[in-house]
Amino acid sequence: MSARPDLLRRRLLAAAPLGVVAAAGAGFWFMLAGLQDGSFNPRSVPSALLNRPPPPFDLPPVEGAPHPGLSSADLRAPARPVLVNFWASWCVPCIIEHPQLMALHREGVPIYGISYKDRPADALRFLAERGDPYRRLGADLPGRVAIDWGVYGVPETYLIDRQGLIRWRFAGPITADVLNQDLRPLLRRYA
Amino acid sequence: MIPELGHFALAMALALSVAQAVLPLIGAQRRDARLMAAAVPLAHALLLATVAGFAALVACYAINDTSVLNVVQNSHSAKPMLYKITGTWGNHEGSMVLWVTVLALCAAAVASFGRDLPSVLQARVIAVLGAISAGFLLFILTTSNPFERVWPPAPDGQGLNPLLQDIGLALHPPLLYMGYVGTAVTFAFAIAALIEGRVDAAWGAWVRPWALASWAFLTLGIAVGSWWAYYELGWGGYWFWDPVENASLMPWLAATALLHSAIVVEKRGALKIWTVLLALLAFALSMLGTFLVRSGVLNSVHAFAADPARGVFILAMLAFYVGGAFALFAWRAPSMVPQGVFAPLSREGALVLNNLLLCCLCAVVLVGTLYPLFLDLLTDRLISVGPPFFNIASLPLALPLVAAMAAGPLMPWKRAELWPVLQRLWWAALVALAAFLLALALAGYRFWPALGFAAGAWLIAGAAADIVERIALFRLPLAAALARARGLPRAAWGAAIAHAGVGVTALGIAGMGLATETLIALKPGESTRFAGYEWRLDQVRDYQGPNWTARRAEITLLQDGREVMTMSPQRRFFPIGRTTTTEASIRTNFLRDLYAVLGEERDGSAVLRLHHNPLAPWIWFGGIIMAIGAGISLSDRRVRIAAPARKPAVAQAA
Repeated sequence: MSARPDLLRRRLLAAAPLGVVAAAGAGFWFMLAGLQDGSFNPRSVPSALLNRPPPPFDLPPVEGAPHPGLSSADLRAPARPVLVNFWASWCVPCIIEHPQLMALHREGVPIYGISYKDRPADALRFLAERGDPYRRLGADLPGRVAIDWGVYGVPETYLIDRQGLIRWRFAGPITADVLNQDLRPLLRRYA
Repeated sequence: MIPELGHFALAMALALSVAQAVLPLIGAQRRDARLMAAAVPLAHALLLATVAGFAALVACYAINDTSVLNVVQNSHSAKPMLYKITGTWGNHEGSMVLWVTVLALCAAAVASFGRDLPSVLQARVIAVLGAISAGFLLFILTTSNPFERVWPPAPDGQGLNPLLQDIGLALHPPLLYMGYVGTAVTFAFAIAALIEGRVDAAWGAWVRPWALASWAFLTLGIAVGSWWAYYELGWGGYWFWDPVENASLMPWLAATALLHSAIVVEKRGALKIWTVLLALLAFALSMLGTFLVRSGVLNSVHAFAADPARGVFILAMLAFYVGGAFALFAWRAPSMVPQGVFAPLSREGALVLNNLLLCCLCAVVLVGTLYPLFLDLLTDRLISVGPPFFNIASLPLALPLVAAMAAGPLMPWKRAELWPVLQRLWWAALVALAAFLLALALAGYRFWPALGFAAGAWLIAGAAADIVERIALFRLPLAAALARARGLPRAAWGAAIAHAGVGVTALGIAGMGLATETLIALKPGESTRFAGYEWRLDQVRDYQGPNWTARRAEITLLQDGREVMTMSPQRRFFPIGRTTTTEASIRTNFLRDLYAVLGEERDGSAVLRLHHNPLAPWIWFGGIIMAIGAGISLSDRRVRIAAPARKPAVAQAA
């Protein structure tokens, strides 16, 4: 009598690979569908840039700002880890993360800003009102550099270590939690 | 005219492949000898048609026919002839044509050399290969026609991705395709066995050489790819756990497991269902790799021009072949009776352990590669699974694998005892321990690299112990031992050499664990000390290549004030396509690589990145040694004749 449940067990076992393949196939199908309507974008998966140097770029300074512009040469071998922060005055989450950036700035962490699709006057007003955490500030008016970096949206922040390699990428505002739980340990590790 | 002929040849090939897929299959079902006999000439005709199509495409590239869209997009008249020809398969369309040509070659090989096979099995295998060819040919003709014309013809081509204009990358895809196609052949054997509902020793004897050949090509393909990444991408690394690299590693792991489990089928008649599953899995993973690279679902330096429409087609093929195969497996496998119960401590047991560990490794790589994609799909969260995950997750599996790898071949079939095996390995263990302590002392007490050195030494000494044991060296007089060495089956030599090759690669990886690098800006005439040399930058000047210009740094290395060598890293600019590549300069003495990359220049000084990579070349030498081991094993008389149990008379006559 034990032969029958045994056979059933064997049937189920033999069907398991088919189940896995079917599930994976369905997933791939939705990925392809998402690729076509734009809701699935693998280019924003950070694996492409992590542990690699940033793509080459050369941005002019923001007109009227007291900072020099930013180019990939400035990131090649910084004396200490730096943050590269894509931001814009029109972005609400940028206001949320701004106090954390100011705190880091007061502690002496170098933060390089890239002003993303922003009018210089608006950007300067934003900094005059809320404080200026940046040491360098590049103007990416057409948003081309952001595309090369694979920026998902503003704000977005990258940590570049002393070898000039991207070690961390965060899409979204750096809240106090993110700062304390993720960013500070990383800054210590790569210091 | 040539493109039309090529296009026609491919259309002809599609018709032939459909006939090849259908007629022998019906014949095998009805036991109709005439229909089954159609398989052999059809396979030869398909080979002729695909070779004609491929040759036509090569000809278009060689004469730089700019009325062909594919040539316009991927070639240029200023390119050296070698790279014009290798450019044929450096793009999506051409690589697919190469793929079906190699597949047709394998089917023709099964047709020509498979006369010893039972005719039903041979007909079914050729039919399945025909079905796979049909799918890929349909894919080429409907979504990726390489012979599409443009009118009016473009004045000249748009050049090839300069990163691909390189000998390593000219070799990398064909080698990998040979490996992938080899998994298609073992897949066809597995399907034929499932249809028949029977797996026997002769089946195992036929699958093993194909698995072995496929594995050897995959090994070489991966080694060449890794070598290319090392010298061309200029990051000084050899393996990045890039999704596309993982896509080629997964079939390799499955093929490794398959060629070991096929031994058990052949020798002991056990593990049959599992071996069939592995054969299906190896092909499924190589199809998955094709899908991931070409559909655009993931993005990497290696990815071909992504096109979701193509992705849909490949996914449909994946569903049809892989889904169909696993459905057949679910239907037929439960009725195949498992046989051959054996003791866990035996050669079979060791091979099962090998299979389990390799499959777990494969699963780790699969999960690490697909998890970010699925997480993004399901939750919109973006994460990156990088080298830390792969290193941490694969190490606990790789260590027992390495430990067991040396002991497995020393175990007898059926029933073994651990103690005598360990006794025969005591000096290998001693060598490994010595390597560990020596590495620890010399390399400044760094644990992981030292462990890597121990693993490499253990594997090489273990392989040597295997041979010493088999020929009874030191126990018999030397002459008798040498006579036994000559009489030893080549498969045994092949296995020992391949295992030693893994050891050599392990030593290379361990050596790279001790690599050092520095980044420095030098003005001409200045120098720096690094890795025991004084590196003097003499000058940076312009340099003219055939279709590129370059800035070339000239560096002289001095030791104790004497000039010992010069290095000249370049930054190349390709005006057609407006891209820049870095050409690392590498000086090797087989014990270490010195590696220099020229970065940008500012205010009269040049940024140089210098690496010192101990034992780096051993990583790829190990791969070559593994492939040589496989080749020696393939040249074994028993493998060449195959199916000895079924036709002993033929075996003796040959």
